[in-house]
Amino acid sequence: MYDDLIDLEQGIEELFTDPDADNARSYFRNKNRGIVNKVTTVEQAVSVHIKDGDYLAVGGFGHVRIPSSILYEIVRQKKRNLGMAGHTSIYDSDLLVSTGCLDRCDISYVIGYEIRGLSNSARKAFEKKEVRKTDWSNCALAWRFYAGAAGLSFIPARNMLGTDTFKHSAARTVTCPFTGKKFAALPALYPDVGIIHVHRADTFGNCQIDGILVSDPYLARASKRVIITTEEIVPHDQIRANPQSTIIPYWCVDAIVEVPFGSHPGNMPGEYWFDEPFFKMFLDGMKTDEGRDSFYDEYVYGVKNYDEYIAKIGGMERMRQLRGEEYLINTKNGG
Amino acid sequence: MADYNPLELLVCIAARIIEDNSTVFVGTGVPMAATMLAQKVYTPHVIAIFEAGAVAPQLPGLPISVGDSRTSYHALMSSTMNDVMETAQRGMVDYCFLGGAQIDMYGNLNSTMIGTDYQEPRVRFPGSGGANDLGSLIWHTIVVTPMDNRRFVEKVDFITTPGYLSGKGAREKAGLPKGTGPYKVITNLCILGYDEETCRMRIESLHPGVSVEQVQENCGFELLQAKKLEITPPPTATELRVLREEVDPDGYIIGR
Repeated sequence: MYDDLIDLEQGIEELFTDPDADNARSYFRNKNRGIVNKVTTVEQAVSVHIKDGDYLAVGGFGHVRIPSSILYEIVRQKKRNLGMAGHTSIYDSDLLVSTGCLDRCDISYVIGYEIRGLSNSARKAFEKKEVRKTDWSNCALAWRFYAGAAGLSFIPARNMLGTDTFKHSAARTVTCPFTGKKFAALPALYPDVGIIHVHRADTFGNCQIDGILVSDPYLARASKRVIITTEEIVPHDQIRANPQSTIIPYWCVDAIVEVPFGSHPGNMPGEYWFDEPFFKMFLDGMKTDEGRDSFYDEYVYGVKNYDEYIAKIGGMERMRQLRGEEYLINTKNGG
Repeated sequence: MADYNPLELLVCIAARIIEDNSTVFVGTGVPMAATMLAQKVYTPHVIAIFEAGAVAPQLPGLPISVGDSRTSYHALMSSTMNDVMETAQRGMVDYCFLGGAQIDMYGNLNSTMIGTDYQEPRVRFPGSGGANDLGSLIWHTIVVTPMDNRRFVEKVDFITTPGYLSGKGAREKAGLPKGTGPYKVITNLCILGYDEETCRMRIESLHPGVSVEQVQENCGFELLQAKKLEITPPPTATELRVLREEVDPDGYIIGR
């Protein structure tokens, strides 16, 4: 039983991206190094930097520090045939797969909403063969981003081995030239576009992030183009005063958009907590096709931009409550 | 009739199993409640690690996500997934708690799919998440799960996370780190462990009022038995009070 898995030297599924380090270098050779203003709008960031067919990687943790404004705009602009790293992905991949934007996905975590259960819309979409799938573990994708960030074509690792997760991946095995031991060889992942929401950035794209970083330092460096949304754009001097706090340097970044409350309904560490009633409303809606369509009609197609969306979910009053929940304080009148 | 529900039983038993000053990788749900309960009642110096990068928080309440801001509340470090998983890969993490849709006699876990066609499964689940990483790299894997014969199966549809694979020596042959592997399975009926010679699952401790026959009826494969079967002490009044009042007052996990 399972003996075929133990000796397997190569996963059998599709490798969606080119791991070749020299091809990546050719791209990065021509990337702009100028310290120039990259501020733009959500609409422009998506229409200029995301093309049909591109492979995306989304920062944060699926429902924590997610670039919601960009995700909604991808849906609104009806981008098609996108690929995605389904790495710790929750609301992000759900939005894209349940609206037909995705046709392939490297999966390490999709469909689930952790403690809240599963999303029916995402489950149904990922069960179809029209969305081509290759499986990995969370850290396999994290290390694949690292290999890209480091300018390599693969990285050896000790996870995945002996399992169907390996069989249904595009990983291989490699023998260590020093010890003779067997390792998994994980191909570098160079996404076409990385999309990350941060706490602070200057107009050039130097970014600061509070709290846990997930794999974002590597995801940003490995991606050919990077779109940043930020809670606030801060003066350049504030970056230079704390250079040790620059998590993503400007040279990775192609577009900066200031989007306050930009991770709603997700948690933004130190800023606002999850909007739990919104997630419940969303997951209840996703149980039927009609519920799904009416959600997108109301919250995505029915609003012009993210400011209108924030007004629709309850505006400043709602966001003040969510900030209180994040700070573990009661902001209601009278305590 | 017992004055605790099956989920409370799972959490209380899981909370007793890890030693103080050990490092524990904590997953969503029951493991979070068990770790918090352990810290409050038995082992205050257990170091909790979360896969998104948080290390040793002083949790102010149950997190919703293993990546939310509660997981880094008063933490020692807010790091990256890469860093905490590399810490596991170099042998610094003692325990992890996992769950799954299916488990077999060698502790192999399925959280990916039901069916035979990978591209078009009968049911698709989230996938590995961090489970494969933890089950590969951490010294002792503890599974916490309700027990029935749809979940405890002869052969899992998909090995998401490695147990002992096909038996003794298989993990090492596959290339997984030496000396790692399944340790215990905590269920609503009993505590299971693994036979050292065959790496097969065995009954080690029966919960109060549960018989060997009842456990076997709820398992889709033949279980071995430890030489001496223990009886699991039921949840104590202190465990239940702290669990209900301090760890999960809103009943997110224990459903009260």
